[in-house]
Amino acid sequence: MTEKLIFELSSPGRNTRYVDDVDVPGKDIDISKLLPAGVIREDLDLPEVTERELVQHFTRLSRFNYSVDGGFYPLGSCTMKYNPKIDEDVGSLEGFTRIHPLQPEETVQGALRIMYELQGFLAEISGLSAVTLQPAAGAHGELSGMLVIRAYHRQRGDDDRRIVLVPDSAHGTNPATSAMCGLQVVNVRSNERGGVDVEALRSLVSEKVAALMLTIPNTLGLFDENILEVSSIVHQAGALVYCDGANMNAMLGQVKLGDLGCDAMHFNLHKTFGTPHGGGGPGSGPVAVRENLAPFLPVPVVARKSTGDGDTFFLDYDRPLSIGRVRSFYGNFGVMVRAYAYIRSLGPDGLRHVSENAVLNANYLMHLLKGTYELAYDRPCMHEFVLTGKHLKDEGVRTLDIAKRLIDYGFHPPTIYFPLIVEEAMMIEPTETETRQTLDAFARALLDISSEAVAEPQMIKEAPHTTPVGRLDEATAARHPILRWKRE
Amino acid sequence: MAEVPKDLKYSKEHEWVRVAGDAVVIGITDHAQEQLGDVVYVDLPSVGSEISQFESFGTVESVKAASDLYAPVSGKVVEVNDALKEHPELVNESPYDKAWMIKVKLKDKKELDVLLSPADYDELVASIS
Repeated sequence: MTEKLIFELSSPGRNTRYVDDVDVPGKDIDISKLLPAGVIREDLDLPEVTERELVQHFTRLSRFNYSVDGGFYPLGSCTMKYNPKIDEDVGSLEGFTRIHPLQPEETVQGALRIMYELQGFLAEISGLSAVTLQPAAGAHGELSGMLVIRAYHRQRGDDDRRIVLVPDSAHGTNPATSAMCGLQVVNVRSNERGGVDVEALRSLVSEKVAALMLTIPNTLGLFDENILEVSSIVHQAGALVYCDGANMNAMLGQVKLGDLGCDAMHFNLHKTFGTPHGGGGPGSGPVAVRENLAPFLPVPVVARKSTGDGDTFFLDYDRPLSIGRVRSFYGNFGVMVRAYAYIRSLGPDGLRHVSENAVLNANYLMHLLKGTYELAYDRPCMHEFVLTGKHLKDEGVRTLDIAKRLIDYGFHPPTIYFPLIVEEAMMIEPTETETRQTLDAFARALLDISSEAVAEPQMIKEAPHTTPVGRLDEATAARHPILRWKRE
Repeated sequence: MAEVPKDLKYSKEHEWVRVAGDAVVIGITDHAQEQLGDVVYVDLPSVGSEISQFESFGTVESVKAASDLYAPVSGKVVEVNDALKEHPELVNESPYDKAWMIKVKLKDKKELDVLLSPADYDELVASIS
């Protein structure tokens, strides 16, 4: 069953009014005096439906949706984990939702304190010394962090450092970020264990290199075994180490990136600290840096001053070396409150359990599957792992088909065809919030699909069979996109 | 099995080169288009721009991923296949013929020597699939 567009449900004269027009005479407003003639139009073709139709339409659409609250969502790299409801409760408190960013500081001390303490928690978790909460998402954090690194080199008169080294197992945003900063990206290849090829790195560092951008654990779900050597090679060349902390849920409370030689990193609050994302809410990508980079952080930073009657918190703009603003007002505050609640409700031991269970779940699932699906790198993984579907190539069945078939089993498919360095890749991240029963059921489904692919390859290639629409023509949609509905 | 015409030269990055006097025509191989899946967009340099051997000269985007195109030789772009703008699917349908990408005036003929022969390229494809 499919759903028509709301425009197609339209019928002239219908509307959603339950109450008559008010009988108090209104003020005549001449719209032509308010807006320029060019933007006033008579032909606005809006749908005309009753309230009943409107509610039915959107309710039906919402039932087609798949969500974290509805089922298992093992999208590798995205960390689609369950968001505890208590964080939602705390984030919805009126004291947080009914304040305005332009209110005087003395009336929002509680909100500023939450931000100040969150900066401190993130500094502690990263092993670094200063934090900005401003960036609105992970890639925005990367951009802010790399601008900070650029400003640091410039300030030292070291402006020739224009190269950023990016391993081929990095997040796709890493090279994009570097290019956005006007820096040149040079790829570092992986070794046979899936880590940075140390010899290749050694041959690439020079006085022209600004930084190494390292996703750790990387997109193969592997922790770089040579991280200390890697960061020391980079430092010896006078460059800095930027870490993409999007995969922090594999390391929370286990190791501090600062101790491994990382100079700057970003967090994805919407992944690691259980706040909604992926259409469910905005992201937040705080950046933590070592002390020598702190003066360059974006403004404002939340600071504390001790006064006669205790501490007060304020927004510190007096930072002459700052790279400036990266976001209007103070970042995505609502997300910060939820992340703060997540950290406080779990505490240090709880956070350690998060990473332990994320790694345990991924390894458990990997072991159930690796006899049937080939592992890209056969070694213990962190919070995610990469399989390949290439054993079904002779059947003409590809990873895309396996992913589509998983939908029939009631699961959201994993990330596919990423990372690019693995053929027919399937990147699976179960997250720490899943039970063993869920993991078993998912593994069973993937094993069944592998057998089905041999017995009935055509059926798999036509999957999904249980959804309102089946295989969409993605190629035509991308080649000839129709971006707007028009009445024929 | 991917087609590897015998009258072309190849790069390790899966581009093919057809030599015609002091100019070459460049495109991507059958194996490359197979790996990419349905191609939805091709971004090529403009006529008159310079490209350098083994450096990126454009991108090809499929439903799976966006990938760089690497120049098998250095030189000046003298012709660009504009048909690919409207019809990127030609890359899948006819990688060696209708989906030629750019024509380049060679800077240094010797650069051709480091490219792969059809037999070597065949071997490369066999080793990775």
